Amino acid sequence: MSEWWTYRAEDFLLFSPRVYWRMFELHNATLWPLHVVTLATGLLIILLIAWRPETWARWIALILAILWIFVGWSFLWSRYATINWAAAYIAPGFFVEGALLLASSLLDGLAFDRRRPAGWIGYLILGFAIAGQPLLAPLQGRGWAASEVFGIAPDPMAIATLGVVLLARGRLLPWLLPIPVLWCLMSGMTLATMGEPQAWAPYGAVALTAMAWIWTIIRQRGSLPAA
Amino acid sequence: MVGLGTWITFNVGNDPVLRDECADVMAAFFEAGGRMIDSSPMYGSSQPVVGYGLQKLGRPPALFSAEKVWTFSATAGSAQIEQSRRFWGVPKFDLVQVHNLLAWKPHLQMLFPMKSAGAVRYVGITTSEGRRHDLLEQIMRNEPVDFVQFSYNVVDREAEARLLPLAAERGIAVIVNRPFRQGELTQRLKNKPLPEWAAELGVSSWAQLMLKFILSHPAVTVAIPATTRVDHVRENLSAAAGTMPDPATRQRIAAHVQAL
Ligand SMILES: NC(=O)c1ccc[n+]([C@@H]2O[C@H](COP(=O)([O-])OP(=O)(O)OC[C@H]3O[C@@H](n4cnc5c(N)ncnc54)[C@H](OP(=O)(O)O)[C@@H]3O)[C@@H](O)[C@H]2O)c1
Repeated sequence: MSEWWTYRAEDFLLFSPRVYWRMFELHNATLWPLHVVTLATGLLIILLIAWRPETWARWIALILAILWIFVGWSFLWSRYATINWAAAYIAPGFFVEGALLLASSLLDGLAFDRRRPAGWIGYLILGFAIAGQPLLAPLQGRGWAASEVFGIAPDPMAIATLGVVLLARGRLLPWLLPIPVLWCLMSGMTLATMGEPQAWAPYGAVALTAMAWIWTIIRQRGSLPAA
Repeated sequence: MVGLGTWITFNVGNDPVLRDECADVMAAFFEAGGRMIDSSPMYGSSQPVVGYGLQKLGRPPALFSAEKVWTFSATAGSAQIEQSRRFWGVPKFDLVQVHNLLAWKPHLQMLFPMKSAGAVRYVGITTSEGRRHDLLEQIMRNEPVDFVQFSYNVVDREAEARLLPLAAERGIAVIVNRPFRQGELTQRLKNKPLPEWAAELGVSSWAQLMLKFILSHPAVTVAIPATTRVDHVRENLSAAAGTMPDPATRQRIAAHVQAL
């Protein structure tokens, strides 16, 4: 766009909050009762990381891969793109994240290590994505019908993945982080532009992830033997 | 004249309830004598939603379709216009405008021959940014555009200095966008009482007073407020009828709103 710097965030907000939140209602109504399955899967991921991290790591990556691709296709590509043309360009990012998770699963590239301090922040973020985020709609007067549910809506999907990444170790981790972080920033910006206080959820998840990530790096450096 | 904008208000995707609400707004618009509907490929699903409404209303003959071309690509313009035309379900557009001056040179070069060939009735250009008025002015001076669209309202009055007089001088029709500053003005004034003298103009709301301010400028052809509400579209259209403010009253309206 010529002179794109003269545009403000509002210039890119193509829809009203009413249309945005109704989109979740319609999406939920179309996919119900799949929510029961995706929520159960989310809980299972937490339990597996807590109790059997060694055995199930690649399966966790596989489940996340499937859900990223599903949310990218069913929500971004098929629904959100009807009111926001930018979503059609973002959906492939969800497919890429799915492919990266699939690669992590096939290469057995993740291992869970819940004892690291970053791990506890990981549990917090993951727990919020699965059990907290769906409550935001009813708490803000939009009713359960508009809830954003893990495996169905993009925000809890991205936030949960940040949690999982913080709980994990492995060479592929730096590859898994950018897309959920970018999504959270974009979603936070959209919500903030609409004047929705809920913007703190994706922003907060990114801030906590960044803190935990930096903390881990500092600790690792600190524990290196002196040269 | 009062037309109908579609930015944000008509971008409702595939939501069947909201699509019908938009069609109701369009029905009330045509019933009240409205003609010009303005949209753009930039406005998400607004174009198919307009198309849905037109089909539901049996293609009202009064329609004056105002579309835009909005792409960086110098060559993709005509395909985009054709796509927009299919969304609307009209045989051709009355007006195609270059949106926000984007790639304006190649798009105008494409549009003028389209007009000569009868594929579009009029050609125009738009902006909603005060800081781009210099370029717009230059285009109005040098290109044979039929319509120009920019923002003008009771508080954003830069256009009075050069654009409006130039349009009058060159016989270019003026479409005024953002008449309520995208709803900011109607929101801000919502709980403030209308001045008593507003009754002399036969207005019963701030929206009508602000529209009368715009429409009474001699160079203005049409203002295109957007709305999601049937009562608002009726209110807006009725602002075009009845007494119009004289220059002194126009100043009074602007000064009053500024002071609030
Ligand atoms: N560069 C460009 O080409 C360009 C740029 C900007 C705009 N435009 C065009 O110009 C149109 C108008 O501009 P806009 O949509 O930005 O802003 P606008 O028309 O100034 O304001 C729209 C807002 O005003 C409210 N409203 C309308 N009638 C009302 C009434 N009678 N009482 C109270 N509130 C009322 C609407 O809310 P309700 O739904 O509650 O009525 C809506 O939120 C656009 O839709 C678009 O077609 C073109």
